[in-house]
Amino acid sequence: MAVILEKTFPVEAGAFTTAGEASTTIKRTLKQLGVNAEVLRRVSVACYEVELNLVIHSLGGTLKLLVDPEKVTLISEDVGPGIPDIAKAMTEGFSTASDEARTLGFGAGMGLPNMKRNASEFDIQSEVGIGTKITMSFALQS
Amino acid sequence: MTVQEMMELINAKNKTPETDLGREVSCGYTCDLLSWVMAHGAAGMAWVTVQTHMNVIAVASLMEMAAVIIPEGIEMETPSLEKAAEEGITVLESPLTAYEICARLAEKGLPGKHS
Repeated sequence: MAVILEKTFPVEAGAFTTAGEASTTIKRTLKQLGVNAEVLRRVSVACYEVELNLVIHSLGGTLKLLVDPEKVTLISEDVGPGIPDIAKAMTEGFSTASDEARTLGFGAGMGLPNMKRNASEFDIQSEVGIGTKITMSFALQS
Repeated sequence: MTVQEMMELINAKNKTPETDLGREVSCGYTCDLLSWVMAHGAAGMAWVTVQTHMNVIAVASLMEMAAVIIPEGIEMETPSLEKAAEEGITVLESPLTAYEICARLAEKGLPGKHS
């Protein structure tokens, strides 16, 4: 399918003060493209969660936005440390977030389950020492 | 209920004078876990939280909330207030506890989050 828009945002590890900036820009961009409110809300939630995960857990990475006539796709790729047990990480309430992240109100163990809940399709690949790749798509028409 | 009416009801100060106080509030909510709020927030919501950092504004803005209410006389940091003004999110600081804020809003008919 022809790509209408493609944009990549770098996300810095541990950068709590700027966390959410990529998600805010992505939301604004999609709103301008006329994406309906319900899809926009789901993309925004999943996008913020994945961006926060990059800030909290990764050693740095990128967030890529792809839009085609049928769907919005978000791809998060980081450079490590990788997730040893994906099934455990996907469990609601399980978190390995730092004390710093918890003090800010993160680390409720809701991130990955919340992404899966909001995306039409969700895929996570991870290798310890290599990195994690999360691909989520959101159908533009239900 | 408008943001202005809500502000008067909870004896709050408006920390973002640039924002629209005539905006209608759809529902109320209180929680300090941001990931939880991301899962349960709604457009037009008034969210009561003791958290005052920038990420609060990011969440409120992504969820298209009407206002963030900081209870118990806690002050929100200046960078967060600047961000809120930029995003059009009203920040109210109230001397009341989160419990009392919610009680007053509920008493005036503001519903909890729509499911």
